[in-house]
Amino acid sequence: MSKKRMMGLFGDFEEAHDAIADIRRNEVPGLTVDDVTMTSPIEHPEVEEVLGDRPVHIQKFTLFGAIFGVVFGFIFLAAAQASFLVQPQGGKPVIALPSNIVLVYEMLIFFAVWLTFFSFIFLSGLLKKRSSLYSEKVSLDQVAIIVEIDESIGESVKGLFEKHKVLEIREEAIR
Amino acid sequence: MTMVTEKDINEQIAWAKINTDVLKSMENPRPAYWVTLAVCIAMVACAVLAEYIQYTVGMGTADLNNPHMWDMYIAAFVFWIGMSHSGTLLSAILHLIHADWRKPIYRFAEAMTTFSLLTAGIFPMIHLGRVWNLYWVLPYVSDRGIWPNFRSPLVWDAFAITTYLTASMLFLFVGMIPDLAICRDNTTGWRKKLYGILALGWVGSDRQWRHFRKIYLLMACFLIPLAVSVHSIVSADFAMSIMPGWHITSFPPYFVAGALYSGCAAIITLFVLLRYFFRFEDYMTLPIMEKTAKLTFAIAMVWTYLNLIEFASVWYGHDVYNKELLIAKATGAYAWIFWTMLFCGSVLPFALAFRKLRRHMPTMFVVSLFLNLGMFFERWMIVAPTLSMSHEPHQWDIMYGSIVEWAIVFGSFGWFGMLFLVFVKVFPSVSMYEVKEMVFHRKRSAGEEDLARMTDHAKPVTQTTGGGGA
Repeated sequence: MSKKRMMGLFGDFEEAHDAIADIRRNEVPGLTVDDVTMTSPIEHPEVEEVLGDRPVHIQKFTLFGAIFGVVFGFIFLAAAQASFLVQPQGGKPVIALPSNIVLVYEMLIFFAVWLTFFSFIFLSGLLKKRSSLYSEKVSLDQVAIIVEIDESIGESVKGLFEKHKVLEIREEAIR
Repeated sequence: MTMVTEKDINEQIAWAKINTDVLKSMENPRPAYWVTLAVCIAMVACAVLAEYIQYTVGMGTADLNNPHMWDMYIAAFVFWIGMSHSGTLLSAILHLIHADWRKPIYRFAEAMTTFSLLTAGIFPMIHLGRVWNLYWVLPYVSDRGIWPNFRSPLVWDAFAITTYLTASMLFLFVGMIPDLAICRDNTTGWRKKLYGILALGWVGSDRQWRHFRKIYLLMACFLIPLAVSVHSIVSADFAMSIMPGWHITSFPPYFVAGALYSGCAAIITLFVLLRYFFRFEDYMTLPIMEKTAKLTFAIAMVWTYLNLIEFASVWYGHDVYNKELLIAKATGAYAWIFWTMLFCGSVLPFALAFRKLRRHMPTMFVVSLFLNLGMFFERWMIVAPTLSMSHEPHQWDIMYGSIVEWAIVFGSFGWFGMLFLVFVKVFPSVSMYEVKEMVFHRKRSAGEEDLARMTDHAKPVTQTTGGGGA
């Protein structure tokens, strides 16, 4: 059976929230909340809640970056300091721990921040080509609900959107 | 009697108007914007000429000679690093404590951080004299056996500032992505192409917003300790030495407080300018200015306290060199700078305690400039007197800087201004999506309050009242 994407544009969060809540209550057989994507001009945790638990894993990359920063930072500094052997040390240790703590602290933050940034780009699906269903009105003041459905339930979904005062409906086929 | 509090922003403002106003600001500023930009470019030209003279004739033109090996350039470096602190640090702290009044003003404050750091970074290079040997500070494999001294706070500086600059730029950029998407959707020509690339394909999906919320929180958490560490490390440039006036335990918090102070004062200056240039009266409102001014006042009092505690510990410490230096600062050749610093930094902020003055933009503009003058003098008073009166009396010397030095420092203000003004013309200086959030949430909570009030009125009259009832 062929599938398609359908987008409904709503004038406010309340209507969008209620439409997703209806989908969650299985009002359209064959459509679950996992098939729903919401796009909005601002972040709105209350509406996101009705979409269910969708985990975020950025913090794991942050932790990895921080640990990498500490390990790499210390090895990098120690390796550079070990090359100091050609120079007189004046009785001071070759690898100076107190000063390295300061520098490793900076490296911890440096790598943690960069890894966080790259994981954000990767995990949030940025750098992808935008779907033809993207509406510029979303960046103004409207909320869109996009669903992936079988052709057969298209009319039911339209009915559900219309029940919640949808402003505009657009569709595209999934190849 | 219930007290009516003035709203930070008019919650009835339409989202479309927010987009229109901010996008218009990038196309159509007042003529004063262009005049200010031209002045900044002229100031940069002065600095370039002065640097050319210093580059071709030599460092002697800057009067950098024993005992004044560090001078105006290092004072300016510390000043600009300090200036960078309030933007990102305050934005991160206010984000963590959910102070939503930051939303209309945090973008330009974060941009201020970035450009202050870029300005500060120039001074060590200028101070080197032999700019072409800058790469010697990097830990690359060298057959000459030359390596940076990792025990030196100057190397810590390089690490800390690089980290702070990149982290601040990422924080600024990440916070701007949803706005860049708005710009992409509402502009044409080269702007559309530029914003299209920088928006990274943002569509505002729930997945993107969830990740956005998390990254912003994580970065804010990292930036707070980072910002504190950066200025502590800058203070270590001085405090790790045994020079009188520098070897002081309270230097790191003193530097951090000073940095926050000058940054807050700069935010006020830029607030007034942007409000005027771009007609942002609906977003950079008087109540937000009042809150910023109160915050500045509080930090000014912390800075004043740290000054007093430093004087007290020097006085009662009975270290003869430190004590003599303190007396010389207050009564010697630099006394006029010392007292001006104290007046601008500790007395003038009391103007911020008056509501009428806090709400008068020209007054706030002038006061903020004087606050920053005080903070520049503070940096000058850290660097110059110690070098003028160190342990060796035969080296004692008074120094006010050469014309070349002053021209370069003067030009650095133009450089900062030029970068900042170009930024606010190309990128939205007010965060559109966050102002929409602010308006949305405030409107909703106002609606809930109204509902609660109506419910209260509808309660039966037999209910017990607080006092004065029948």
